Amino acid sequence: MFSGFMVNAWLIGTIVAVVAGIVGFFVVLRGAAFPAHAIPNGAFAGAAGANLIGLNPLIGLGVFSLGAALGIGRLARHGRADAVTALALVMMLALGAAFLSQSTEYEPEIFSLLFGEILGVSRGQLVPVAVLALVCVVAIGVLYRRLLLTSIAPEVAAAVGLNPARIETMFLVVIACATTMTVPVVGALLIFTLMIGPPAAARSFTDRTALALWSSVAIALVTVWVALACSYQTNWPVGFFVSVVSAAFFVAGRVYAWWRHSRATTDRASLVA
Amino acid sequence: MSWIVEPGFFSNGPVHVALIVGAVSAVVSAVVGVVVVVRGQAFAGHALTDVATTGGSASFYYGVAPVIGFLAAGVLGAGAMDLIGVQRLRGRDLATGIVLSVATGLAALFLYLDATRSATTGATQQILFGSIFTLDSSTIPLVAAMSAVTLGVIAVIYRPLLMSSLSAELAAARGIALRAVGLAFMLALAIAVGLSSIAIGSILSTALLIGPAATALRVTRRLRGAFVVAVALGVGATWLGVLLAYNSYYWFPSSQGLPVSFFIVALVFLAYLVSGSSTLRRLLRPRREVTV
Amino acid sequence: MSTPPVLDVEHLRVAFAGRTVLEDVSFRVQRGEFTGLIGSNGVGKTTLLRAVLGLQRIESGTILVDGAPLSQHHRSLGYVPQKIALDPDVPIRARDFVALGLDAHRYGFARRTKEQHELVERALADVDAERFANTRVGSLSGGEQQRILIAHALISQPSLLLLDEPLANLDPRSVQEVVSLLHRVASDHQVAVLLSAHEMNALLPVMDRIVYLTNGRAASGTTDEVVRSDVLSALYGHHVDVLTLHGRVFVVAEPGEGDQDIPEHPTLTVN
Repeated sequence: MFSGFMVNAWLIGTIVAVVAGIVGFFVVLRGAAFPAHAIPNGAFAGAAGANLIGLNPLIGLGVFSLGAALGIGRLARHGRADAVTALALVMMLALGAAFLSQSTEYEPEIFSLLFGEILGVSRGQLVPVAVLALVCVVAIGVLYRRLLLTSIAPEVAAAVGLNPARIETMFLVVIACATTMTVPVVGALLIFTLMIGPPAAARSFTDRTALALWSSVAIALVTVWVALACSYQTNWPVGFFVSVVSAAFFVAGRVYAWWRHSRATTDRASLVA
Repeated sequence: MSWIVEPGFFSNGPVHVALIVGAVSAVVSAVVGVVVVVRGQAFAGHALTDVATTGGSASFYYGVAPVIGFLAAGVLGAGAMDLIGVQRLRGRDLATGIVLSVATGLAALFLYLDATRSATTGATQQILFGSIFTLDSSTIPLVAAMSAVTLGVIAVIYRPLLMSSLSAELAAARGIALRAVGLAFMLALAIAVGLSSIAIGSILSTALLIGPAATALRVTRRLRGAFVVAVALGVGATWLGVLLAYNSYYWFPSSQGLPVSFFIVALVFLAYLVSGSSTLRRLLRPRREVTV
Repeated sequence: MSTPPVLDVEHLRVAFAGRTVLEDVSFRVQRGEFTGLIGSNGVGKTTLLRAVLGLQRIESGTILVDGAPLSQHHRSLGYVPQKIALDPDVPIRARDFVALGLDAHRYGFARRTKEQHELVERALADVDAERFANTRVGSLSGGEQQRILIAHALISQPSLLLLDEPLANLDPRSVQEVVSLLHRVASDHQVAVLLSAHEMNALLPVMDRIVYLTNGRAASGTTDEVVRSDVLSALYGHHVDVLTLHGRVFVVAEPGEGDQDIPEHPTLTVN
């Protein structure tokens, strides 16, 4: 399981997990689960379109992810955010379906774009993926504290001269970047799982911000590695294992948080009594 | 006239079925959709469509009619989401997202198993994006029955539903059983999603659910008006989409045209964008936010 | 004195949602002054504070902070908003949130120095928050969160601290606690304070000056100068009485024609 084509899968899976863990931490912090689900679907349309006209799919992925991110950001400001996000999401999926219907390889293309094809990733894709990953991580690193304050207390942030709207746009672009590199690997429909399960679990286990971020990365790594191993053994889709393991961590986090909370309230009650 | 309606449209059997099933699911989706948008539950509604995808792919694998898979999965999903607490405000997006993720993962598994086991292709396409032209007329009675049930449920819980959507606290103070009403609505939503999944595929049924409703709410002032406009938009988009897809079969003979679902979604999306334009606003005269 | 006032508002005019909220507001806040922005609900106190912060567009007038226009001086202002929804699921401890007050505007991931850690400790001690410094901010009670917000605003050593209705919905005892806390930290740190409230009595012992806002205009000065029947009647545009009872001040106004926002007895309270 650690030789040949699997080496690529492990390498890329690790990179994807790190990026998803870091970007996902802020997705969860900002309550941006729905856009984080919608933007990869834009990527789907882009890849299908690029495929149709013979371009490198990554270009299509990038262009459409960015368009989706900025479009959703703009439309959400002028209407109901959740309704608009839903509409943009399905519009892009429908576009992707239309593009694919015009090409000869309808069926398997859809499957791999939606659910991922990590075992089919080539050596040549490693470099662009690594580069995009680096861009995402550096961007988050540079914006770290601004992102934190604008996410947690946007009013206070605005009062001290930060620009929450601009930070929001930049963050959406980072999401677009992250989905561009991850969609070929885990697929449009499932990258989002990695961006919400591990971070949501991580923040249940610790109160400290930096620790929660690193835990998010750690949990994402474990998720991807376990999923890859299981997929290799059973031949079942990687995405399936990613979603199940992520959900398991999420539930574990919720249970732990509930237990902690009930212990704290009984402690406080016994103090009063 | 033939360039608007390609030959044989009105006499075509599958077209009749498509128009009927499409219209019925559009009506139900529009009505339920207005409530979904007012309640701010578009994400939950969309998550249910992904759950329906799971049902559809499972039904393919087990050799059951897709409509059963869509509906069963939808109902199970709605129940699960209610259990996890999607109704509570805090953390509900994450809970919704996790349910969605697991459902999609399962869908991936079923589609894969189906593809490896049987030689049939096209499962993914059919479930996800619909195949309205290949529907059998025998589905019409079931579709009509389920639509009647859904609309009946909505009619029965209409007032408490509206009250709880606008203000949960006030509703609870009035003695409305919030959980029960919420759950009943989720089930109605699940059925609506299942129905439109048959027409335009599970992944795109969000469009019929959210699109006409969101557009109507932008354009009208009264909630009752919103229902009417949403239904009109939904049925209009569906019929026009069927027509365009039929025509595209002739326009792009090499690839057998574009999918119906694409046209319907595009029309719905276009209607939403147009409803936000300033020229339209001027035409309709300034209107304020929706009042009941 | 040649040092400019910490805040200088001249002929401020603000309108939104189709109506003029602030017509012609002028006042100054000097270094270290504790100023109360008093007015009934809906009269435009929050709008005024937001305008000072640069979050609200102004039609005309000038706002100078430390003698310069706002855009260059965001660091001179500390802000404590009225309500802040801090999610208990968010993993940030109270002390880390206060620390963000030091360097949220900085880029990158630099580690905090020992001095900065000490600043945080002192800020927490100033607001009596050591007890819950390591708890998640979202898990704290409303009052505790307010203290953390104050510490967060103060730690960057602003010249002016703005608070939007910090006393609203508090019971009388908590009101006293918050007022004395604010007064103490303000004088310890020599920070000017501008806080909005719809009831002035709790602030009478600590207020240096008052800015009384109504009808889109303001009267500013010491309490004795401003809270008088003649001054307030001119401001309101009709007759109001000012009564003093047991050291407490009551402004009794009847709703008249042309009043936009005044409820029956805006500042009449019974403790």
